[in-house]
Amino acid sequence: MSKQILSPLPGTFYSKPAPDQPPFKTVGDTVAPGDVIGLIEVMKSFHEIAADQAGTITAFIADDEEPVMAGQALIELA
Amino acid sequence: MAIKKLLIANRGEIAVRIIRAAQELGIATVQVHSAADADSLAVKMADEAVNIGPPMASKSYLNIANILKAAAETGADAVHPGYGFLAENADFADAVEAAGLIWVGPKGSAIRVMGDKVAARVAAQSAGVPVVPGSDGRIDDPDQARALALKIGFPVMIKAAAGGGGRGIRIAQDIEEFDRLLPQASAEAKAAFGDGGLYMEKVIERARHIEVQILGDGTDVIHCFERECSLQRRRQKVWEEAPSAALPQAMREKLCASAVVLAKAVQYRGAGTLEYLYDDASGAFYFIEMNTRIQVEHPVTEMITGIDLVREMLRIAGGLPLRYSQNDVRLTGHAIEVRICAEDPAQGFKPGPGTISTLKVPGGPGVRFDTMLYQGYTVPPFYDSLLGKLIVWDETRAQAISRMARALGELEVGGLPTTKPLHQALARDAEVQAGQFHTRWLEPWLDQNADRLGEEA
Repeated sequence: MSKQILSPLPGTFYSKPAPDQPPFKTVGDTVAPGDVIGLIEVMKSFHEIAADQAGTITAFIADDEEPVMAGQALIELA
Repeated sequence: MAIKKLLIANRGEIAVRIIRAAQELGIATVQVHSAADADSLAVKMADEAVNIGPPMASKSYLNIANILKAAAETGADAVHPGYGFLAENADFADAVEAAGLIWVGPKGSAIRVMGDKVAARVAAQSAGVPVVPGSDGRIDDPDQARALALKIGFPVMIKAAAGGGGRGIRIAQDIEEFDRLLPQASAEAKAAFGDGGLYMEKVIERARHIEVQILGDGTDVIHCFERECSLQRRRQKVWEEAPSAALPQAMREKLCASAVVLAKAVQYRGAGTLEYLYDDASGAFYFIEMNTRIQVEHPVTEMITGIDLVREMLRIAGGLPLRYSQNDVRLTGHAIEVRICAEDPAQGFKPGPGTISTLKVPGGPGVRFDTMLYQGYTVPPFYDSLLGKLIVWDETRAQAISRMARALGELEVGGLPTTKPLHQALARDAEVQAGQFHTRWLEPWLDQNADRLGEEA
């Protein structure tokens, strides 16, 4: 069964630290608990989203600049 | 040409406020909205609504092409930009007028002059309005910078001429520190922006933020007295008053007159605000910037003058001259506004969007609540956290604070955290009651009073 990293907050998901910078992580990258995988903007405040488990990213479920709900899956890990 | 159908290029409580003013003037309304705001109160109140894009503001509320398309499709003949979003975007103002529509605001050229810090500073100086002592533009020569620092007096702020957003700002308390910080600031500016040019300004400590509301019709300008907004957190206003408790009458007249002179110098049209720093100790005031739009805290001015500022904006934009002379504008009593935001003051002001489970709005004499909330409304996470503004008026400042405490007690917003407990604690604070504060008063106070900012039982 695949593992997922969920968004703890509702808001806008960003896969990059800034529009002109490369993404935090891409498909195929390995992540360790605590690694930042993206940002969620909630009411103009930005929150870093850290991985809560280790694995290799197999897919981004949420795209950059996409609205997300709290509890929605952002990334799939294997 | 009077406005017949107004498009509101904004959202939230200010969209509701603008629709109300339009309805009273018999103007039809078109509310543009993002996909996340289809259920908003403004959409429900407006005569027509147009979806202009996805939730992200850059794809909807900042999307000039989609807004103009909505205006064309609905036959709107005017655009009110509210505050924030495109309200101070001169290119948008020009685009609205180029499309043959009425722009409810000043000319794009006035927005450009007053929106540029250096140009606004020059305009103020040539109108004889005092500005914060500093370098008039960039400074590259270290000897020249040192001489200027000694001339304007410490503390001195050094910032990158090419920078913005607080990046690379340093404050020197004396000349020794200045000599140490200047090369650092220049090197950092060069590294960050490819330009080592600096800008210097005297730091006005313990200053109050006082701003003057003006109304102009392109020829004449009147002021509607001042507001004081010294209680700020992270440069965001939290609690606003009119008039300022700190200003002697003679100083009030001088300050307000300076605002009129400056606004006249740019042939200002519409509602605008000139912001100043006011130094209690010396009685000096310094112009800092002009906001070329209606402001969040405009209701406190409406409460002490009886003038409906949004209505006047619509009348002026429709081509009518000012209908008040300066002598018609009277200051009566005292008004206070507090911003009710979806943030938890007990948890570092963590934002908390959610669904409004209960809503009890305060009433009674001298109380006004400007909000976009209704029971069952889900506050989206995509925009700022302002839920509403609680405004009170009373004969004196002390009575207005009592009335604010009473009104806050009646206000109930269920389903998400709000900043109500912060305002209740402020209303009880002896220094707030005495009007003893400045722009850097609130942040240390929040650190000291963190345990008192939870919801009351």
